[in-house]
Amino acid sequence: MNSNLESPTLGNNVAERLRANANWIRMSAMTMTNHAKLGHTGGDLSSADILATLYLGRILQVDPTHPSWTLRDRFVMSKGHCSGAFYSTLALRGYFPLDQLKTFMDPLSMLNAHPDRNKLPGVEANTGPLGHGLPISVGMALAARMRGEPWRVFVLVGDGELQEGSNWEAAMCAQQYGLDNLVVIVDRNRIQQGDFTENTIRMEPLLERWTSFGFAAKEIDGHDHLGLLEAFASVPIEKGRPSCFIARTTKGKGVSFAENKPAWHHGVPTREQLEVAGRELGVEVEW
Amino acid sequence: MVSTLMTDQSQSEKPQLYDCRDAYSKALEEMAEKDSRVCVVINDSLSSAKMKDFQAKFPTRFVNVGIAEQNMVGVGNGLANGGMAPYLCGASCFLSARAMEQMKVDLAYSKANVRVCGMSSGMAYGQLGPTHHSIEDLAWLRILPNMTIIVPADPIETAAAMHYSLNHVGPIFLRISRMPVRKVHSDDYKFQLGKAVILREGRDITLIANGVVVSRALDAAEELAGRGVQARVVNMSTLKPIDRESVLRAARETRGIVTAEEALRAGGLGGAVAEILALEHPAPMRMVGVPDVFAPTGSAEFLLDHFGISASGIARAALDLIKHED
Repeated sequence: MNSNLESPTLGNNVAERLRANANWIRMSAMTMTNHAKLGHTGGDLSSADILATLYLGRILQVDPTHPSWTLRDRFVMSKGHCSGAFYSTLALRGYFPLDQLKTFMDPLSMLNAHPDRNKLPGVEANTGPLGHGLPISVGMALAARMRGEPWRVFVLVGDGELQEGSNWEAAMCAQQYGLDNLVVIVDRNRIQQGDFTENTIRMEPLLERWTSFGFAAKEIDGHDHLGLLEAFASVPIEKGRPSCFIARTTKGKGVSFAENKPAWHHGVPTREQLEVAGRELGVEVEW
Repeated sequence: MVSTLMTDQSQSEKPQLYDCRDAYSKALEEMAEKDSRVCVVINDSLSSAKMKDFQAKFPTRFVNVGIAEQNMVGVGNGLANGGMAPYLCGASCFLSARAMEQMKVDLAYSKANVRVCGMSSGMAYGQLGPTHHSIEDLAWLRILPNMTIIVPADPIETAAAMHYSLNHVGPIFLRISRMPVRKVHSDDYKFQLGKAVILREGRDITLIANGVVVSRALDAAEELAGRGVQARVVNMSTLKPIDRESVLRAARETRGIVTAEEALRAGGLGGAVAEILALEHPAPMRMVGVPDVFAPTGSAEFLLDHFGISASGIARAALDLIKHED
């Protein structure tokens, strides 16, 4: 795979740079899924712009050369099944060499199907089973509060994931403690493994649900880099309350044959499909 | 490690009994005084967890997540990630069972430095019934890699184990009893993780117990002595990592082993000892504990006697073992 992208520095055309970063993440994730014959293409593609904005748009105050820096912002990938996009983002940000992505799910690889913080630098929480990331993030935000430290906690959750009750236990707690150092981002791609969310267990009215749980909540376009940058850079949305962005996304975004199709939740692209995807995303595959 | 035997049971006056939760809450306050990382998470039950004083003294390091155990365990992971030293304190029955996947993923698999204090464990809630008994916790938690489990026998060991836990690396489950129990350790007792303590020497048979059952095992040994049987009494307070050597020595040096615990026979101390014997030194064995049933209605004391988790029940099991070996 040709990264073609140097360590990201934001030039004048921020949106263009982030778009290129996100598409590289998309292509990388699909290539990894093709390699492992396992993965979660749909969610990798829907979350790529959010991940690129957080890490490569320099929203997160982190230092890849010191992943345990005490005052770093925490990012929790609660939808841990979208590890293809997550790992690609971490590698692009410099946490580990890009070449390591080629070991995705290989025997004894550090790149598990689901992230393991004890194996890979940059991973803050072991996720994969859904409904774990938000409670952990609430604990992190409480720790920052107890220690009087300025770092923030960003957590990316899936929309289907919110069917797990533990999220709402955590949301109530975040409200009670007024955790305005906590930012929840919902990847609202409207599709879960089996079907559309609204055909499974209705998630709407999702904005009102978060608001009623005490969050300052906003809907945003999950693929508009400038909009994402502006939203993430202006947290908390409201002082004294936790923030929630419902990022409207398209599952399978950027790859025509995968867009908005439940079957691509964990579809595995063939070599031929990878080539089509590469053309559509404008990224070359050189594995 | 051989400890001085406490001889309360031989004295004519009744020994003083203690609620181990007092020792646990005092230890927590002492640690919090010295170390600003120490914080507590409870799930509503302020008085059950004996945390009223802690909350008053350290209000900014005290979190009540409400009746929400899954969130509670996740919060513990996050607090540890953020540099705090969290203690999760709640009724063992809910904390272990309701949050079992979080125990597995957020604590054990993550190797998180989180201390879980399972309160009112075993059948301490007596009449409240099987929903509130926590006799499965040891089996459930023992099978998780990276999990450390301590079942203190008395208030002295409870305090010592609490102090030990602060600098332990990885998740640790401390089973804190509310059953009145007498002291079995002397005041200068030093807790060592993974080291069983021989409370009484004996060459005929070995009684291995933990938690509130240790004092009952000591009483059983006294009963057995009256019948000419010299029983070794071992306090296996660290259930995991278990002291293999102590078990193997007992198997080699005595005629058999009786395990006794306030838990299901399957999967807990009995199971752990059986695994070692089966693989490394087959030896006659009996398990005293709750059989494969849910308990009937009754107080904690009644239920322990009902299931033979008593001095006479343990002695009976020992005599049965010896009889069948003769």
